[in-house]
Amino acid sequence: MDNVLSVENLTKTYATGFAALKGVDLSIRRGEIFALLGPNGAGKTTLIGIVCGLVRASGGKVTVDGFDIAVDYRSARKKIGLVPQELATNMFETVWNTTVFSRGLFGKKANPAYVEKVLRDLSLWDKKDANIRALSGGMKRRVLIAKALAHEPEILFLDEPTAGVDVELRRDMWEMVRKLRESGVTIILTTHYIEEAEDMADRIGVIDKGEIILVEEKHALMRRLGQTRVCVSLTQKLDAIPEGLFDLPLTLSPDGKSLSFTQMGESAGHDGSKDASLARLLKNLIAQGVDFASVQSSQSSLEDIFIDLVGKSR
Amino acid sequence: MNFSAVRAIYLFELARTWRTLFQSIASPVLSTALYFVVFGSAIGSRMQPIDGVPYGAFIVPGLILLAVLTESVSNASFGIYLPRFTGTIYEILSAPISAFEVLLGFVGAAATKSVLLGLIIFVTARLFVSFELVHPLWSLCFLVLISVTFALFGFILGLWADGFEKLQIIPLMVISPLTFLGGTFYSIDMLPPLWRDVALFNPIVYLVDGFRWAFYGVAAVGPAISLALTLTMLAVCIGLVVAIFKTGYRLRT
Repeated sequence: MDNVLSVENLTKTYATGFAALKGVDLSIRRGEIFALLGPNGAGKTTLIGIVCGLVRASGGKVTVDGFDIAVDYRSARKKIGLVPQELATNMFETVWNTTVFSRGLFGKKANPAYVEKVLRDLSLWDKKDANIRALSGGMKRRVLIAKALAHEPEILFLDEPTAGVDVELRRDMWEMVRKLRESGVTIILTTHYIEEAEDMADRIGVIDKGEIILVEEKHALMRRLGQTRVCVSLTQKLDAIPEGLFDLPLTLSPDGKSLSFTQMGESAGHDGSKDASLARLLKNLIAQGVDFASVQSSQSSLEDIFIDLVGKSR
Repeated sequence: MNFSAVRAIYLFELARTWRTLFQSIASPVLSTALYFVVFGSAIGSRMQPIDGVPYGAFIVPGLILLAVLTESVSNASFGIYLPRFTGTIYEILSAPISAFEVLLGFVGAAATKSVLLGLIIFVTARLFVSFELVHPLWSLCFLVLISVTFALFGFILGLWADGFEKLQIIPLMVISPLTFLGGTFYSIDMLPPLWRDVALFNPIVYLVDGFRWAFYGVAAVGPAISLALTLTMLAVCIGLVVAIFKTGYRLRT
């Protein structure tokens, strides 16, 4: 697999003695959308900061498309665009000037047509002469994205890009991220909205207490760690689980009025085995004359998996 | 060399001057003009010439430096402090640009503004008093060297400061008093021997004296010493900046 970013045994200990990263290894594939999840203080921003040149690593190695960020920092940084978490903007500049400034800073020749395209794609074109201080928070976020894209990066870091952003802008933003991926840009994002990662990402990485605890294809992760819960509400009280269903992991509620089972891991629904088990359960109940009022089925989300993973490591 | 980045920072910083035209140029020109009205025309007409130079003309080099020193420090310190304060420094730190190029952009712009300010004050002074330059090239040389040195000092100040108050304190409480006491309005030879010796510990004395020598060919301590001290200050500032970038002090955690 063609990796565009490689992180090897990366460590960072701040002057206070706090170890923010404890030997992180991570490879990002060219052209993928990678979601880095982790609770507050897990080390996400430190990791991004080191790759982008904002934070000095205490140890380890980072290469961007083969360029060492410490040795070939110019070649490495040219390939990276960063949208920071904070809304840090030059308040008194116009949208156009600040975007052109960013392009110049990364050593790219002036290209008004490209800058215009970026601003149009982000619905900022009609605001190009506006002072940034006059823009709403959501528009300022777009400006930060425009600045990050101004030098045509191959890798885009989005650190909590949708924090405090309204639903419409969030949708626009993810649409833009998909388009960028289609054009070959690798995207690494951190987000608190885990459903966004579930929706967008090709692969998921979970970091906690400065260590990567999991990196996996999103679908494989959902299959492996996802779970399905089925609950059948009965019209009559049962004293025991009906015969012929002992092989299913059934639980009878204390009041005897509902039967439920939870399937873990690879058998959790995505391959259809959940439906087979459910069908067997229902057929058996009907055959034994056990009437039921409703059937409820729910699958765990990435958020449940995340909470479970992080919870276990605590 | 990332010329494009140097150019971007340089032009961005100069653009800030035009946005704050009154604060950057008009305000120091106005206050200097007031000095000329009061000390040059009103009081100066009753003063004896110093070292053969009419008093109104005598104070011109010192007044130019008074504005240039404070503005060099202010402009450069604000230039780098503002991105640190607003958080936009992330972009400079993540750009493919060396420490030297960052310095060239910020300090180059601050020094350019100071040189322009010095020239504007020079022209303003000519409207009030009449004088001829003895060493015009040396005058320009001193002006540029001093502007660059103090812009570098301002850059260091902007990195060190952790609040706006500290940015203001150094130009107002250190640079201005030292310039006033550095022979702007008098020759240190006019001081009693003890105070003349004390004044020699003030580095601004040498700058004003060297600049005045370039203007009128008269000096209390001599142009060679002044030039040597200016270059020493420049070297010290460069050394400090190199150390700052090597350690990442206040820039990279």
